[in-house]
Amino acid sequence: MEVNQMQRSFLEYATVLFREGFLDGQFSQLQMLQDESNPDFVVEVVSLFFEDSQKLLNDLTTTLDQQNVDFKKIDAHIHQLKGSSSSIGAQRVKNACIAFRNFCDQQNLEGCMRCLQHVKQEYLLVKSKLEALLRLEQQIVAAGGAIPVLSEFS
Amino acid sequence: MAKNGVFSRLRRFEKSEEMDDFSECLDSDEVHVLAVDDSLVDRKVIERLLKITSCKVTAVDSGRRALQFLGLDEEEASVGFDSLKVDLIITDYCMPGMTGYELLKKIKGSSTFREIPVVIMSSENVLTRIDRCLEEGAEDFIVKPVKLSDVKRLKSYMFGEGPIQRQDNKRKLQEEPSDISLTPSPSSSSSSPSSDHTMSPSQSSPSVSSPCSPRSFLSAPCSPISLDSPSRRFKTSNHD
Repeated sequence: MEVNQMQRSFLEYATVLFREGFLDGQFSQLQMLQDESNPDFVVEVVSLFFEDSQKLLNDLTTTLDQQNVDFKKIDAHIHQLKGSSSSIGAQRVKNACIAFRNFCDQQNLEGCMRCLQHVKQEYLLVKSKLEALLRLEQQIVAAGGAIPVLSEFS
Repeated sequence: MAKNGVFSRLRRFEKSEEMDDFSECLDSDEVHVLAVDDSLVDRKVIERLLKITSCKVTAVDSGRRALQFLGLDEEEASVGFDSLKVDLIITDYCMPGMTGYELLKKIKGSSTFREIPVVIMSSENVLTRIDRCLEEGAEDFIVKPVKLSDVKRLKSYMFGEGPIQRQDNKRKLQEEPSDISLTPSPSSSSSSPSSDHTMSPSQSSPSVSSPCSPRSFLSAPCSPISLDSPSRRFKTSNHD
């Protein structure tokens, strides 16, 4: 596949992700911070996000599983997850966290459990999509091409 | 007065544990920012945002570490610890242990460090919180997620040729070496308070031409808190 085609695929895919709300302008911001001196910046941040999120989701699962649920702890975890998803532009995860937080405020256990499922779902979705997008990006770079700018999505 | 010659390099070498890039040490024109955030993802982002705007960055994960870095933490022995010159502190508000607000108070309560501008970041766009921080002496309040334009704006009005300057920027006009109160010696320790802090070899020199110089052409003091985009603080947030 030649570079132009790869670049077009990348842009098309990115467009879909933005349109469907998986990613928002903050992701474009991260792309803007990547350059020759820091060519792996986005991959690095996104990887950190994956590690962080996985841990948080595990902790949330454990905490919700307790006899006496510690809602303060839940809130703290969601706050963190909301923050990091917001920082990388994972919009749907962030929104799912906001909904989760509301149920947590009400100490609604059932609501929280539903929300946790939803957050996990959104997380897995964005994870696979980001991995696909970044793979496309890497292919472009490997072929010597430039990564198309996503500024219109900021 | 410039002591950033060979002597300071040697002193730094003696005290330094980890500094291996001396060439960067004496770049006194760069703004050195201490970034405080408990989130690893956010630390990485803010660090990159600052570096791309030509700032030196030290990123720590808590208010406590920040104070240790500055040499303000009473519990840690800071005898002989010469803090690196910090030009700006940017801190998250919500952090376990010490909040950004508490950190702000500690810094503003210190005769040595209260001159350092402190900027608060928060994902919550709460007016009372913003006001509280500004009242306590914060220079600015940025709503997360932090964007490149936020950092550029910040840098330009604090350290650049921006026409908008704060009232109390005049403090920077009085005695040029604002680090007079910090340490007269050019040496700086390189202890690493935070496990993941990225320590850029210091550029702090006691010379007059340190980050003060970009501000030295400041004219008369201007109106208080003029922010280019005050709307940023009140941006519609879809948060709770």
